[in-house]
Amino acid sequence: LTLDTMNAAVRRVEYAVRGPIVARALQLEKELKEGVPKPFSEVIKANIGDAHAMGQTPITFLRQVTALCLCPELMANPSIPNDAKERARRLLAACGGQSVGSYSASPGLDVVREDVARYIERRDGVPARAQDIYLSTGASDGIMNMLKLLVGGCGPSRTGVLIPIPQYPLYSAALAELDAVQLNYFLNEERGWGLDVAELRRAVSEGRGHCQPRALCVINPGNPTGGHGVTSHSRIPGIPGSLQVYQDNVYAPGCAFHSFKKVLMEMGPPYSESVELASFHSISKGFMGECGLRGGYMEVVNLDPAVKEQLGKLVSVRLCPPVLGQLVLDVVMNPPQPGEPSYERFQAEKTAVLSALAQKAQLTQEIFNKTPGIHCNPVQGAMYSFPRIDLPPKAVAAAKAQDQSPDMFFCMRLLEETGICVIPGSGFGQREGTFHFRMTILPPTEKLQVLLEKLSCFYTKFVREFS
Amino acid sequence: NISEKASREKILTLESMNPQVKAVEYAVRGPIVLKAGEIEKELRKGIKKPFTEVIKANIGDAHAMGQRPITFLRQVVALCTYPNLLDSPSFPEDAKKRARRILQGCGGNSLGSYTASQGINCIREDVASYIERRDGGVPADPDNIYLTTGASDGISAILKILISGGGKSRTGVMIPIPQYPLYSAAISELDAIQVNYYLDEENCWGLDVNELRRALNEAKAYCNPKVLCIINPGNPTGQVQSRKCIEDVIHFAWEEKLFLLADEVYQDNVYSEGCQFHSFKKILYEMGPEYYNNVELASFHSTSKGYMGECGYRGGYMEVINLHPEIKGQLVKLLSVRLCPPVSGQAAMDIVVNPPVPGEESYAQFIKEKESVLNNLAQKAKLTEDMFNKIPGVHCNPLQGAMYAFPRIFIPPKAIEEAKVHKMAPDMFYCMKLLEETGICVVPGSGFGQREGTHHFRITILPPVEKLKILLEKVKDFHIKFLEKYA
Repeated sequence: LTLDTMNAAVRRVEYAVRGPIVARALQLEKELKEGVPKPFSEVIKANIGDAHAMGQTPITFLRQVTALCLCPELMANPSIPNDAKERARRLLAACGGQSVGSYSASPGLDVVREDVARYIERRDGVPARAQDIYLSTGASDGIMNMLKLLVGGCGPSRTGVLIPIPQYPLYSAALAELDAVQLNYFLNEERGWGLDVAELRRAVSEGRGHCQPRALCVINPGNPTGGHGVTSHSRIPGIPGSLQVYQDNVYAPGCAFHSFKKVLMEMGPPYSESVELASFHSISKGFMGECGLRGGYMEVVNLDPAVKEQLGKLVSVRLCPPVLGQLVLDVVMNPPQPGEPSYERFQAEKTAVLSALAQKAQLTQEIFNKTPGIHCNPVQGAMYSFPRIDLPPKAVAAAKAQDQSPDMFFCMRLLEETGICVIPGSGFGQREGTFHFRMTILPPTEKLQVLLEKLSCFYTKFVREFS
Repeated sequence: NISEKASREKILTLESMNPQVKAVEYAVRGPIVLKAGEIEKELRKGIKKPFTEVIKANIGDAHAMGQRPITFLRQVVALCTYPNLLDSPSFPEDAKKRARRILQGCGGNSLGSYTASQGINCIREDVASYIERRDGGVPADPDNIYLTTGASDGISAILKILISGGGKSRTGVMIPIPQYPLYSAAISELDAIQVNYYLDEENCWGLDVNELRRALNEAKAYCNPKVLCIINPGNPTGQVQSRKCIEDVIHFAWEEKLFLLADEVYQDNVYSEGCQFHSFKKILYEMGPEYYNNVELASFHSTSKGYMGECGYRGGYMEVINLHPEIKGQLVKLLSVRLCPPVSGQAAMDIVVNPPVPGEESYAQFIKEKESVLNNLAQKAKLTEDMFNKIPGVHCNPLQGAMYAFPRIFIPPKAIEEAKVHKMAPDMFYCMKLLEETGICVVPGSGFGQREGTHHFRITILPPVEKLKILLEKVKDFHIKFLEKYA
């Protein structure tokens, strides 16, 4: 098994969020540990949307319910509140042999799917059915499964999938692996990374020349862009696959999260009865940040019943999503209510996380925009900034000489000189001739401030060096 | 506009969907299990049946059948999940020590952080140490260990990387018949070529290298056979390979330049006297440098089986030997797209490979629980084998290991005819009737593969002993009636 004999599609896969720059960052961390002197004392992994790794504390209630499910002897523990115990009992009753060690049904525990449907109804004011909900191993798993189902044909009839540029590189990776055709549509940087239907139309028309466009992926709130500019009345061909894992991360005043499902239903027939839609959510983001537990769900709308059966079959081969992730999702869908013992603490913790994120979003924008040459769109949502950086021609040339994209060249130098690890815009896609990087807003506020200033300083020095 | 209301043709249909996915089948949760689910619903609605509950003897899920979790494992994972409990006097110190160590390997000391895509470093080190102890000192390198989302995840990932070529040069994957149907499902999905080699039912489901050779040579005509999958102990067959057999297989793989996949998730489930688990890795090493430095091998383990039965955690690992460094890079890249395996599963795997040792506080209880589970399973294995062999028209090979019986059943010609009328495989027809008349859900042999003209079913040995005895009696009664009806 060599590079030449391996699966060619897998070879083409790239995933920048954990790509070459992160490998270098890990190497530097090792060297620091070994005592090699560096111009910095720690490597900051601002490359990945992992809140707990950056010091955010887990929501107490979630962890209590999970611990109770793991060790039901804890029901006797007086320091754990009753509302946690009630939820744990209910969840355990739904598990085979009352154990979280049992496989669940392949689409997930029934009771959790019910709770997800109720949550969606409360969120949207529009009916949702448990049978349309499929729990998954993080949102990535659900997205992969839907894309897998969609990909068919060959040559000019090969499935084309529209994805935003910039995108979260799971999409390009999945399409490469599945050997589907990637169709890029560009978000509008001048207008806060807004989505233009005219641009969608352009992308679809061009795509029809060499493939069969059948799906449209939208990330709302956006990753890496944090943008929020999705208009509600767009006639969109194909199946929208709508990634909405940052729906709890909306910061900018005047911005609100509208689910695709809700808007679709409010548009009424023929849209509400015919547009085939899959929406995805996750426990990795929001206020929970439970990335490691790998929990999520997708809701499918207007799927052909025979295809739903196929989906059920596909998920059955991997048996079931991790049960602990399903339990945590359930608590997110079914949090403490006013009057319950854990309510106040839960609300306080949740609010603290979300307001800190909002504050950091604002701070990031401000500091970056102070530096000439760095242009940072408002961070309306999600967990990242994706500023555009002007790079002098000499820097672009130097990068080419090293066979690197210019923003990778910039980011590598940033890493080597400051220990700050961010992902170059080329890993997400961007308009030709523009350069960006994605940095998370997750470190604690004081630390983030220091980082932003260091980065800005480095940028200024870098530009001077290559002038 | 009324004409617009007429149903618009859907974009995603059976015709337009991915044909490879359409071809996938997974019998363990297939049609008969769906039927069992419907019947359960009917029972809940109060519809009268000849039985009061559906017994899901289709799937290797021990806890669902009443097996208790291992206390120590749950304690460590609970401590990791809710570290406040580190202050609680009701958790033993040895559990706390392990929890602290795992948490230190987590970003922000939280189970909620993504881990490295290959898994938490200290857990991979523990896995390597475990493998060394298990294999009598044969060295294991943590760098060759990848934690996975159950063993299924690792197996799928390796197969994915291996599949290439087109037409006659498309990768062929050799799998045992009968097999665990993850393999055929993965092969369908990846559009690879399935190459069947038959286990020998007359010889305790033994693996014969001559049969491997036959399968390989025939396959060369229409594909490029590159991979050989072995399940040891076997599923559904439960056979435990002898050392000699493993050596022969390794030699064959070396000779024919085949990539070896060793599915060893039942390594803790060995019951028969005279049977012992030998890992492919160990035997490979003991065969000397020519083999040990060349044969490419991936071995798989899981938290779902053994004495732990922690299926729902989706924990597992694979150890790779002699993988080209560039391939290892590609493997990590592939795994990185899904970020990391569930951290709770990683923690559970850590306890499996790093359990309490003599002298530690939790040791006595741990050993008691572990032995109780394994002795119980051994007892049930023997019980099942004996009971099946008492039934006329049923023949059950010794259950040397794993968690299943795979008895051969005689199905009368009249029943085969009726099955045809219903467009079902004869053993599916049999199993459906069994389900409808007794509530017992097992999986027909056609879901695993079997020699033409033979019929089987797979039943787990997991229900508690008394319940299992009743079940087996019911199967016996059903079988006798079935024979009479279709005489």
